[in-house]
This record gives sequence, structure tokens and C-alpha cells, in this order.
Amino acid sequence: MIDNKLKDKDGFETMYLNMGPQHPSTHGVLRLGLVLDGEVIVSAEPDIGYLHRGMEKLAEHRTYQANIAMSDRFDYVTSMNNNFVVALAIEKLLGVEIPKRAHYLRILMAELNRVVNHILLFGFFAMDLGATTALIFGFREREEVLDLFESVTGARLTYNYFRVGGVARDLPEDFIQKTGAFIKLMRKRIKDYDDLVTNNVIFRDRSVGIGKISKEDILAYSLSGPVMRASGIKYDIRKDDTYSVYKEFDFNIPTREDGDCFDRYLLRMLELRESLKIIEQVLVKLEPGEIMAKVPKVIKPPAGEAYIRTESPKGELSVYLVSDGTVNPYRFHLRAPSFINLQILQKILPGVKVADVIAILGSIDIVLGEVDR
Amino acid sequence: MNVSYGLENIWLWFTALLEKLFGWFGLPYIFAYTIEKIIFAAALLAFISISVLFLIWMERKVSAHIQSRLGPMHVGGWHGWAQTIADMVKLLFKEDIIPAKADKWVHRIAPIVVFVPSLMAFLVIPFEKNLIGQDLNVGILLIFAFSSLAVLAIIMGGWASNNKYTLIGGIRSAAQMVSYEIPLVLSVLSVVMMVGSLKLNDIVEAQSRVWFVFSQPLAFMLYIIAGTAEVNRTPFDLPEAESEIVSGYNTEYSGLKYGFFMLSEFTNMLIVSLVAATVFMGGWLGPKWLPLPGIIWLLLKTYLIVFVLMWVRWTFPRLRVDRLMDFGWKILIPLAFINIFITGLFMVIFK
Amino acid sequence: MTEPRYLNDIKGKFPGTEAVLPEKIKDGIPAFDCPPSLILDIVKYLKAEGFNYLMNLCATDYKDTFEVIYHLSALESKAKITLKVKINREKPELASITPLHPGANWQEREAFDLLGVVFTGHPNLTRILLSCDWEGYPLRKDYSRKPDQYD
Repeated sequence: MIDNKLKDKDGFETMYLNMGPQHPSTHGVLRLGLVLDGEVIVSAEPDIGYLHRGMEKLAEHRTYQANIAMSDRFDYVTSMNNNFVVALAIEKLLGVEIPKRAHYLRILMAELNRVVNHILLFGFFAMDLGATTALIFGFREREEVLDLFESVTGARLTYNYFRVGGVARDLPEDFIQKTGAFIKLMRKRIKDYDDLVTNNVIFRDRSVGIGKISKEDILAYSLSGPVMRASGIKYDIRKDDTYSVYKEFDFNIPTREDGDCFDRYLLRMLELRESLKIIEQVLVKLEPGEIMAKVPKVIKPPAGEAYIRTESPKGELSVYLVSDGTVNPYRFHLRAPSFINLQILQKILPGVKVADVIAILGSIDIVLGEVDR
Repeated sequence: MNVSYGLENIWLWFTALLEKLFGWFGLPYIFAYTIEKIIFAAALLAFISISVLFLIWMERKVSAHIQSRLGPMHVGGWHGWAQTIADMVKLLFKEDIIPAKADKWVHRIAPIVVFVPSLMAFLVIPFEKNLIGQDLNVGILLIFAFSSLAVLAIIMGGWASNNKYTLIGGIRSAAQMVSYEIPLVLSVLSVVMMVGSLKLNDIVEAQSRVWFVFSQPLAFMLYIIAGTAEVNRTPFDLPEAESEIVSGYNTEYSGLKYGFFMLSEFTNMLIVSLVAATVFMGGWLGPKWLPLPGIIWLLLKTYLIVFVLMWVRWTFPRLRVDRLMDFGWKILIPLAFINIFITGLFMVIFK
Repeated sequence: MTEPRYLNDIKGKFPGTEAVLPEKIKDGIPAFDCPPSLILDIVKYLKAEGFNYLMNLCATDYKDTFEVIYHLSALESKAKITLKVKINREKPELASITPLHPGANWQEREAFDLLGVVFTGHPNLTRILLSCDWEGYPLRKDYSRKPDQYD
């Protein structure tokens, strides 16, 4: 609990402000207990758990395949990436090799979903700073990707596309051509984004130098993903601890040096371009072939455990999976990037303004479905 | 200028008729005068309400098209023209909630206090030379005096709601409006210096050769920026910054009272644009070769400025509170003073 | 490829530490069973050896014991290591590594919340995901929930 009797630096009473769980821009049901001295934060404490659905417990009562379906609900913005890590973990326990085409399809979907996530971040971050139009712009492009996903999986939010040993369905006929068109469109739209938001004076004024996170803090607080790379640590699990067939693709890991809100935002915009690059390469490399490996009907991995790391759009999304040889996992632990990245708030919030709280929260990019699980 | 097809002719004819009528019955002039003013006020009120309804609809359409949407399309048939009316009806029927621990009377009065001054300011705006509530010789000063009263209501609303978000909103608004009033008035002051009168009709007539927007461009820009801040619109919408403090000072208002806050917001925007059109863009003056009633010219100019304000709102993010103060005190006010100084210098040199 | 020094060092410097059989660990990360009393020292030693990044911290209920699992990584050399600590199920106490890795803060709170592992030395060991009046620890295998009005 936070101390309500905290005094400000002149010895006057402070104000305790409950930001959330119902608040327009806490990205869900996050509650921030803020002690305010006027507009300045004296201390802050995030309070989470409002969306806790007990997923780790639920996982122990579901079959392995059903857990992939459940993983859609972790971070409901990037379901494909969640599917990816769970499928990888189960395959690691089973010891299955999956066909080439399945690998490519997985990467294609994961990167498309990364694009979706970063577009949404663009919209929401700008929205948090008061620029409403950017949100609609972001959603407009997201629709395009959702249409692509819908044509493959039949769903627009919870795709449940990955299977143990491959993927559920092959691509529809015109998918490649449509995706190519989308990439072209997206490249044009990124320019619009830059004109509207990135190069806006007020936007820069609001985000440059706000919420700086030092390299030391990144390591100490185990922050990962874009937040980490924005502070100058060049580390991307896709490259540095590679999984699936990411090593076949040529892409850069963008980094920024300052670690402020603007860098975190800009890094996503740069990553967006890299993701488009990967998608283009996948589309070229795709060859007809099997999309499912031979896996038993009832999935019973031998007893053992595995810790599988992937790079989700929000950071290191990992699964610690323990099998006892039955049809259900013995232990399923999710290392949720949002959950761990959120910890830094306590450290960097004191001293900033109320308006910056929103900016920092937006730039860290959390989804409460993943924080609370 | 002798524009002979203005709306004012009808008005002058009507008042003359009224006065004659009263003269026949042997009633003193004061009765005719009172009735004239009451009719004018009623007409003004109707004009304001219709304008505000239109402005809200326009805001929604403009924002929609900026964001590649369509906006309201169904209510009323043609492009959802009746959407605002439907919204107003909805607001009328909504439950009126007063928070349990609110300062009830202050909470009730605040929407009235915010709305009345913004209506009063219309009194001195010349829609045409003679189409004016009262051509006071302190006209422009009166407008600023009334529009600065709005901050009182916002603090009242923010304080009385007994909510921390509304309190922050109210305090922010106080700081912001007090500091942006200064550049607002100072920017108009340079125009007043050139005209030598505070009377709005004098200011308009002084622009028969060249508009002040061309001879005082800096003042115009300062006025538009400070005016945007004065009416709490993005990028200066901190008092009701939705993503930060929920809805600012009117978080706890609902139904009709919320409607009043919203109405006054749009009325204020209308005033700021009307004053900008009057002081800087020649008011009811139009080109001689296109004989249209002066009020049409005034409204055209006004809506042009309204459109610019909307355009800005849907493009820019919001400033932060300390940067807002910096901008007001360290940039706008010095610039306004420099502008006044230069204006004075030129006046002395080219006397 | 030679074995990195720390793998031998861990066994040598910290008596009671044993490598876990690689058959059980499918992800190929070297794993060690560590005695509970030494965990803080081992993490400290590894931090000095470059394992500066705590990837993950979680606990598992193995019915007779609890196991707390630390996944550490060295960002420079990209090496990874898993530490496993078996603790008494009756009195599940373990030293907190939050002073060394502040990022462990919420993960330890989560383990406390869901499994009831008490991390001594933790700055603020309270429930994090569940409400503060929750009874029991849901991820324990013997946890049974009281039926509520929805059942």
C-alpha cells in the first residue's frame, strides 16, 4: 500500500489519485496509485490483477492443443505470437520437426501480427498524447491485416492458427498477392504516420526526454523487447537466441540510444519496416509443401521441461512448460513481457507530470490481458 | 460604406415601424426601444443555438473526414444533419447526477455561470453596421471581460464536483486561461492602437482598405493561438484532457448540465472566431463588386476560422501543462509586447 | 568448444550443487539443482560472471517439494543457465533475489501469490494478481476452490 501521508518537498499535504482501473488511457484495467504534489508525481504504485483469469491454472487442466487456443487470450493484440511460443514449447517437449512451409507460414503470421501491434502502438501512443486522428489511422491499416488473417484463419482476433506440428490451414489463393499489396500500402502509410505524428513539434515536445530508462535499469529490471532496444541494447531473440527459421531472413535490429518515450515510439516504427522486410522475404521463399508434421492424435509429450523464448512485439515472451507424460501440462508458466516491463513504472514515474505518466505507460506498450493473465 | 442590401435594412425598417407604431399610440420611446432589444436578443439567441447545433455537427463531420471516416450519416436524412438535435434530446432526457459529496449549489450554478457570459459577449458584435445589440464604445473590452468569466465557472465546476480529476482540470484551466488572456488582449491591443477606438464598428470600418490580418499578421497569429487556448481546444485542451484526467472539470456532469458546458465551449469558439473575423478580417465588409449582405461575409470569415480551429484540433497532440505555461509566458506575451512596440513605432514614424 | 568456466565453478564453489540430467531438460540450457541456502550467493556469483539478465523466475509444485526455477542469461555472451532450488513444502522459504535483480520483484510476488513461496528479504511481499483477501494458493496441486455462486 502506498503511504497517503507523504509530504511534498515543501512539507505540504499531497493528493492521492487513483488512476484506473476505469480510466480512458490506462490501456485496460491497470490501476496506478499516484501521490501527487500538484501535477508532479511523488510516488507511484501500479496495482494489477483486475483481469486475472488464472490462465496458468487453467492450462494444467487443458490438453496441449487447447492451450494453444487459450494462448490467443494472453495478449489479445498479438495472438499469433502467443500461439507461436506455445506451439514451439510443446514441439520442443515432443521433439517434433515441422515442415519448412509451416515454419514460413508461422513467421509470416507472427510478423504480420507484429505489424499490427506496432500500428496499434502508433495509434494509442499518439492518442495518449491527445492526437485522436492517429488512432483512426492506425486502426484503418490494422483492418487490412485483420482481413488477411480472416482469410486464412476465419477469425479476426483469436486466430488459433498454430497446431502442434505445424499450422491449421494453408493460405488461400490470393493471399500472397494481397499481402504484397498490403506491404506496398503500408510503406506509403508509414510516410503518412511520420508526417502526422513523428515529425510533429508538439509530439516531439511531449515525448523527447520523457521517461528515460538507462541501460542499467533495463538489465536490472529485466526489461525486454523494444523498450530494451530503445535504450541502446542491441538484443533481439529472433537474432541472438534464434528460433524457428528466423536465421534465414535478412533483417536489421534497430536500436536507439536515449531510451525516452520518443525513442521507444520511433523504434517501433523502425521495427515495423523491418517486419515488412521479413514478410516480403517470406512471400518470396514460400514453396508448396506440407504444413503439418506427423504428430500423434493424442499429444502426450514425454516427461521433461523446456523454457522457450520468443520475441513477441512487446518483448521476451517465453513459456516454461513442464510435462509429466500425461495429456495435460504439469506446469505452464508464461513469462509475459508486459508484466515484467510494467515494473519499471515504479522506478521512473516519481518526478514526472501527470501527463507524462500516460505517455510513459503508452510507450512501454502493455496489454493487460498479458499482465494479469 | 453604404451597402444597401444588408439584413440591417430590414431591421432598421422594422425598428422604425415599431417606433412609429408606438408613437401613434402615444407610448414613450423607451417601450419601443425595450421591445426592439428583446426581439433582437431573442433573434440572437436563436442564431447562437442554431450556430452551435451546426458547429457540433460540423465538428463531427470535419473530424470524420480528416480521419477518413464519414461521421453521422443517418439521423435526419442528408448527411446526418439532425444528429446534434438528437444528441441534445438525449442529453435532455438523461438523468441529472449530482455526486453525493458535491458542493450542491455551486455544482448546480456552474453550468449557468459558464453559459451566460458567453452569450453576453454576442451583444456587442456587429453582424452588420446597424445589426448590433449595442454599439458600445468599449465593445472589444466587454467581450474579453465576459469571456474571462468562463474560467470562474470552470473552477466552480471543478471544485464543486468533489473529484480529484475535476479539481486538476479546474486548476489547470485557471492557470491556462489567466495566462492566455494576456496575449489575447495584447494582440488585439495593437489593432486598437491603429484604429484609436475600442468600438467594434470603428475597427471594422478602419479595414475598408486593408484587413488587419495583412497589416498585423503577428497579432493575428497570436490571437488565434491564444484564442484556441482560451476556448480549451486541442492542442490546449488540458482542462479536459481526456487521456490524462478523464474529462477534466466536467467529469461529474451529466445530462443538461453537461450539455451547457458543451454548448458554452462551442459558443466560445464562435465568439473567438467572430471576433477574429471582425477585428482582423474586415468583419461585415465584403468586396464592392459582390453585393451580398454583410452578415454573409461575416459568417463566411467566421466559419473559415472555425474550420481552421477544427483542423488544428484533429491534427495536433496536446501540450503538457508546464510547456503550455512556458509557451504562454515566455513566447506569446513577449511577442505580443514586441508587436505593440513595433506598431507604436510605425505609428509615430508615419504619423 | 570448451566448457565455460562458470559451469565447473558452480559445482566447485558451491557444495551441494548438482547438474540436472540433460534428458529431462529439453531446451538444452544447462541446469543445476542448488541448495536453498546458497541461491543468493550463486546468483551473485553468476551476476559477476556476466549473467546480468534474469529472464524468468517461477515456481512449481512437485507435490512433495516446491521448486523455484531461475532462468538467467548473459546478454554479452548469450549464454543461458537454469537454476533450480527445491524447498521444503511445509515451510516454503527462500532468500529473495530482488536486491540483486530488481526485476525479480513482481515475479517473486507472483510466486508467493499463486504458490505461497515466501521470499525472505523481499521489500513488499504481498499478493499481486489475486485480491488481498484470497485464501489459499491456487497453483498448488492440492488447492481446492470453495464453490461460489457461479458453480
